[in-house]
Amino acid sequence: MAETVMTESTQRASPIGTVMRYAVCIIMSIFVLVPILTAVTGGFKERGQLMAHPFAIPNPVRFGNYSDILQMGTFWRQLSNSLLVTASTTLLVLGVGSSAAFVFARMQFRGRDWIATYFIFGLLFPTTIAILPLYILIRRLGLIDSLWGIILPQVAFQLPIAILILRTFFTSIPKEIEDAAYVDGASPFEFFTRILLPLARPGLSAVAVLTVVVSWNNYFLPLVVLNSSQKYTLPLGVMQFTGQYGADWSMILAFITLAMVPAVAFYLIAERQIITGLTTGAVKG
Amino acid sequence: MQAKALATSRAISSARVRPDRRRIATAVLFLLPAFVIYSLLVLFPVVQAAYYGFYKWNGLGPATDNVGWDNFNRVLHDSNFQTALRHNVLILVLSLLVQLPLALSLALIVGRQMRGRAVFRTIFFLPYVLSEVVAGVVWRFLYQPDSGLNQLIGNVYADWRPRSWLGDTNLVMYSLFVVITWKYIGFHIILYMAGLQNIPRELEEAAALDGAGPLRVIRDVTIPLLGPTVRLSAFLSVLGSLQFFDVIWVMTTGGPVGASETMATYMYRFGFQRFQLGYGAAVSLVIFLLCLAFALPYQRLVMRRDYEYSGTA
Repeated sequence: MAETVMTESTQRASPIGTVMRYAVCIIMSIFVLVPILTAVTGGFKERGQLMAHPFAIPNPVRFGNYSDILQMGTFWRQLSNSLLVTASTTLLVLGVGSSAAFVFARMQFRGRDWIATYFIFGLLFPTTIAILPLYILIRRLGLIDSLWGIILPQVAFQLPIAILILRTFFTSIPKEIEDAAYVDGASPFEFFTRILLPLARPGLSAVAVLTVVVSWNNYFLPLVVLNSSQKYTLPLGVMQFTGQYGADWSMILAFITLAMVPAVAFYLIAERQIITGLTTGAVKG
Repeated sequence: MQAKALATSRAISSARVRPDRRRIATAVLFLLPAFVIYSLLVLFPVVQAAYYGFYKWNGLGPATDNVGWDNFNRVLHDSNFQTALRHNVLILVLSLLVQLPLALSLALIVGRQMRGRAVFRTIFFLPYVLSEVVAGVVWRFLYQPDSGLNQLIGNVYADWRPRSWLGDTNLVMYSLFVVITWKYIGFHIILYMAGLQNIPRELEEAAALDGAGPLRVIRDVTIPLLGPTVRLSAFLSVLGSLQFFDVIWVMTTGGPVGASETMATYMYRFGFQRFQLGYGAAVSLVIFLLCLAFALPYQRLVMRRDYEYSGTA
């Protein structure tokens, strides 16, 4: 009891201190939220109103910008391209990464740790450094202007961190469970799919959200790989739209808002996993 | 390649259950997809970058014109590249001196048990989840000469002369830094908040019992114990600063007149816009070596203690 009282007193010294702390947090929240809210409300304004009162509440509220965009094929096509790229990338990273991590965590053979190091070495290379020769390679593979030209490199660059995270999770599962499975006649494949993967779900979800966010937001690789607007993912679509609509900021902000919706929704649904996934993911190198 | 591998004692013990050869076949099968994708699309291009760096090559046909160290000489002596490097360093210094202390203070202010902690955490982290493109375009609107921020300030100070936040060569890097802080500070706040959770509260309580005031406790107990998190956050911040591309390309494409060029936008300009692929590859190699020159000693000297600590703890 005395301890909790003590903690309280070290944490908040005085009512003034408490007020100050909330004030700082609220100021920071305003800094963070104002740009986002400006975009959302800006989409509901007509151009003149937006430029004259960028931060005011829309009056009158206009739905025209949003409904115009939602009736455009381009938005839906870019959304589905993004979904396709992100879903394929994530599934491949999970499948390919977890089976490799399985070998590194649960099998014994000479040279295993060298091979693991060979993969983890990849954490040193961000896409920025490899982008030029990667572009040449993608061209040679005939994947320029193809969504596979984004998916496969994304998978490849995501593998080191995925393997690193998953190996840790797989290693932490007790050897007794593995022995029991083999005694019961399970093959390594059955042990992997039926026992190991379900037990390592927190690890898989950390890798999944990390990959989803990286892939969904990726700009550099699609910028280099995709040529025709039919193939554009949302980030490229936003840039194209911004170019086309030039000074019509209320349309641009409406488009931006719609492009934000999936990411924000995903964040609000899976906040805890996203925060764990992204902070674990960053602890690389 | 591991097909001939000898079974270790542990594998022998499980070999009672499964024949050894089948286990190795399984291992190969499980590793193969990852090995192929990773080797082909990550390591091979990196090695190629090192190779192309020595050629004068426009990307068409085979690279035959070996120019030795010319590309590297040119990179290091080009004043535009030096300017770009200076911009990266400016972001780096500002991140370490402004962004990280701000993130640390906010994490300490939110602390461990403030009411509404979860809400603030959700808000602070939100921009990190958004794409750089979305962030960049929204801020381009806020930086409009005739609306946005200028207007907001104009409402408060009647004689405010609208600034060209992104068009003024002296201002543009700082304007971009605000966006970078907006986008990435939440990530560092979360790192520090997570680090705080790992500090035993008893240590702070003991210091307080011994008569240390709240600020003293934070300075002499909390922050030193957060050391590993601070070192990690600084590490990620430096590496990120050296590779900045997206936000800048979206907002200014390195302009006006190179006033916001970074090493990565410089590389893109030469590699993909002027089709000097050999030269671009040399640039990317220089960026890589700079990162490595920072990362390896930093991990050896600064972060090593942290690994040892976490290993024994």
